[in-house]
Amino acid sequence: MSERRLFAAELEARLDAVLFASHSHRSATGIAEGLEALPRVQQEKLLDWVAVAAQTYAEIGYLIATLAPQAFVMLDDASFDAWVLAGLDAFDRDGGRAAMEVLRDLEGFRLKLDGDRPVVKFAEIEARLSRFLQGLSGRPLGLSISASGADAWTDTDTLYLPGQLDAQPQAGANRKLYKTLATMLWAQARFGTFGSAHCDLDAALAPWQGTEDQERALQWLAALESVRLEARVTNELPGLGAEIAAVRGLWPPSLEPLLVRLYQADATLADTLACLAECMRGSAEAPHLPHAVRIDPAIALRVRAERIARHKEILSRAIHALKGSAGHPGQRDEVMAQLAAEGGAAEINLAEKVSALPPEARAAAQSLLQDLGEVPPECLLPAGPGVWQATALKGDAETLASQLEPDCRYDEWDYRRKAYRHDWCHVFEADVPAGAADYVGAVKARHAALIRQIRRRFEMLRGENRMLGRQPEGEEIDLDAMVDALGDRRAGCEPSARLFCQRIRNQRSLAAMFMVDMSGSTKGWVNDAEREALVMLCEALESLGDAYAICGFSGWTRTRCDIYRIKHFAERYDDAVRARIAAVEAKDYTRMGVAIRHLTRLLLRQPARHRLLVTLSDGRPDDFGDEYRGHYGIEDTRRALQEAREQGVRSYCITIDRHGADYLAHMYGAAGYTVLDDVKKLPLKVADIYRRLAS
Amino acid sequence: MEALATQLAHIDTEPYYQSIAEEVTLFEAAHAQRLPVLLKGPTGCGKTRFVEYMAWRLKRPLVTVACHDDLTTADLVGRYLIVGNETVWVDGPLTAAVRAGAICYLDEIVEARKDTIVVIHPLADARRVLAVDKRGELVPAPAGFMLVISYNPGYQSVLKEIKPSTRQRFVALDFDYPEAAVEAGIVAREGGVDADIARRLVKLGELTRNLKGAGLDEGASTRLLIHAAQLMAAGIAPEQACTAAVARALSDDADMTDTLDDLVRAVF
Repeated sequence: MSERRLFAAELEARLDAVLFASHSHRSATGIAEGLEALPRVQQEKLLDWVAVAAQTYAEIGYLIATLAPQAFVMLDDASFDAWVLAGLDAFDRDGGRAAMEVLRDLEGFRLKLDGDRPVVKFAEIEARLSRFLQGLSGRPLGLSISASGADAWTDTDTLYLPGQLDAQPQAGANRKLYKTLATMLWAQARFGTFGSAHCDLDAALAPWQGTEDQERALQWLAALESVRLEARVTNELPGLGAEIAAVRGLWPPSLEPLLVRLYQADATLADTLACLAECMRGSAEAPHLPHAVRIDPAIALRVRAERIARHKEILSRAIHALKGSAGHPGQRDEVMAQLAAEGGAAEINLAEKVSALPPEARAAAQSLLQDLGEVPPECLLPAGPGVWQATALKGDAETLASQLEPDCRYDEWDYRRKAYRHDWCHVFEADVPAGAADYVGAVKARHAALIRQIRRRFEMLRGENRMLGRQPEGEEIDLDAMVDALGDRRAGCEPSARLFCQRIRNQRSLAAMFMVDMSGSTKGWVNDAEREALVMLCEALESLGDAYAICGFSGWTRTRCDIYRIKHFAERYDDAVRARIAAVEAKDYTRMGVAIRHLTRLLLRQPARHRLLVTLSDGRPDDFGDEYRGHYGIEDTRRALQEAREQGVRSYCITIDRHGADYLAHMYGAAGYTVLDDVKKLPLKVADIYRRLAS
Repeated sequence: MEALATQLAHIDTEPYYQSIAEEVTLFEAAHAQRLPVLLKGPTGCGKTRFVEYMAWRLKRPLVTVACHDDLTTADLVGRYLIVGNETVWVDGPLTAAVRAGAICYLDEIVEARKDTIVVIHPLADARRVLAVDKRGELVPAPAGFMLVISYNPGYQSVLKEIKPSTRQRFVALDFDYPEAAVEAGIVAREGGVDADIARRLVKLGELTRNLKGAGLDEGASTRLLIHAAQLMAAGIAPEQACTAAVARALSDDADMTDTLDDLVRAVF
């Protein structure tokens, strides 16, 4: 590349070329003039990025080109890349408008990069805080950024926190502030801010409901509660209490007279409400505290009521089940269970018999204790007969399309950006519906001789016990070695000390995942061959005893990547699996990267020393629309395989695409694939290939 | 035969054990009826101490075997050794315990190889004999002999499960961490700290147990809490003692230890 700067006309021509695809009628002239003064390196860099961005959304390309002169002044080269990527990321997540906002906020982006401002982002502390809260409460509490992005409140299921904090001059202090806010919100739910069986918050707030004093009342309530809750926390967790006190600083003068009543280890909501009534008689505004959190009784009470109802139901069902097993089926309500409230309600006393609650009921009881301060007597009555089934809670996801929320999301690699698109692919999992019951039997009959041969070969591979002779220690004496040693000694040589036999077992520790292409292009004889190959594989693996699973994959764009379960790792090779093999059919497209990522994740859960991912495919990665086809798909697949390798999963591809060699070596590595020249050979070869891989 | 004698531990002084429910009575009844016992419970909740206490109470010698995945039948039953030009039989710990009418405690039984576990079957049912194949000998168990096995249902992998044919020979006793007040008493006594410190340590234990399944395989055991208490009794500052004895002992994961440190600071 020459050093010569591009002139405006040249820049304009190149910008037009990359932005031309869009229907915008804007001219690139003005932009090009602004770019003329940049050094050639920066000009080229910019043109690259504009091209990449325009492939996502032309408007972003325009904006980047427009802002570039300013951006190059404010940001260094690496930060420039990060800035563009942040914009594209925002587009993937929240669309064009968000992307524009992120890109325009150059100043904010620079400040964030500088790091000299002690901003602590929610994302930085989320994981740690969520574990901390799990430790405190024992029930999973959600954490989220509040809608306004600035205040903190809770609906008692989820704690809503500010998106970022920068009130304190050091990052560490801001982190502490986050922790304090979260603790105060947790304490609201834990120590009964939203009422108990004996104290109704809603009724207490009713006098100010709808009046102009409503907001003032809520603020006073929040301030008073922060006094009471701090005392409660300090009593139970002195260290944490000290941290809260440090963040709080000195008490505001208006709260000081109330400390006597509220700053007590046994103060309840009733005390707070009494003080609230007093404070509201005056006209003073509530004092501002550094760790002020908002109280939103309406939402919190609704969420809490829902949760209490849910947990009550779980608990009474569990008690019913226990009662049934205790030998009193049918007799309702004469026996009321007694719950050992101390130490987390782990046991119930039912008809003079102490039983342990099942874990989910124990959690429910604990949660009720936290919400209500007691487990209400009505849920200690067993529920009606025959209802102890979790099924009532689960929806019935019959078809994939009807399911809105994907089972998981995965990042996808965009080679043009050299970065991931976050949570880009939506994965839906489902079982393959059962097909013809006799299909596998027919295949086995047709290939009986071959299957016999495969089984024999694989049985030889199976791990067996072996005796190792001449060992320094072991279970038994090696008589041969012993005789030799005695002979040596008679002859005056030094006898060997290795006189024992040791039994060792060669344990195969291998888990294999077979990933079957169910794209539309496999329709017909490729699909037939795949199904026959699966039968051979199952026969082979059953005699070998390796853990294996089979999944089909197909899909239609990034928002519908379907994984079809044919056999789980835990499942036996039974009639259900055989019927599913028969039903493997050609579906839609081949978005391979996400399938590899998902199956790798499943494979990693297997407790095996070696993990193998084998793909049966008929062609290159492809998806609806022209984006995934070609280079993008190949690079994403390659990246996914690389990730798998880094996590210790070996991958291998068996394909019938004769042109496969062109791209497979790039994706799977030179020794990572086999191209079969005839699809009919797939069933014959597949077991052999596996044997080569796994021995 | 000297080796044999060292395997038998005679417990002369009463070990400290805080009874929680009916386990002592149940164990005594099982011993009287010659039934083997299975102790289930998380690590460090007092299973081993309980067996020691019962051995003392019943005045039986105690043989303890910590099972591991290379534990062979010969390691339990015995083997031939070569002395000079002769082979000499040496009893393994299980055979020694049977002969002496001791309590044999196989700790973490699931860790042992499957083919090894099977040798205890004839001992654990009405036959009460130990077959020593290599000598062609059947060793009958005297009345005092008792087999006790333990396992931790908490971190069982799919590969490590007790087969029903094994577990259905045993009387099973459930163990868990004691409730807060009792646990505080144990920590105070064993760790040599005052009641307030013990209460805080038990609180810490409770907080870490809340994290079970959310990043930790197990919360802090009573044993760990006692370790922390002992460090404090030796003059180490509370926060430092808990970090070393609890937080670092529970996890290697940096994020997790951060969280555990937070919890330690919350309590002290």
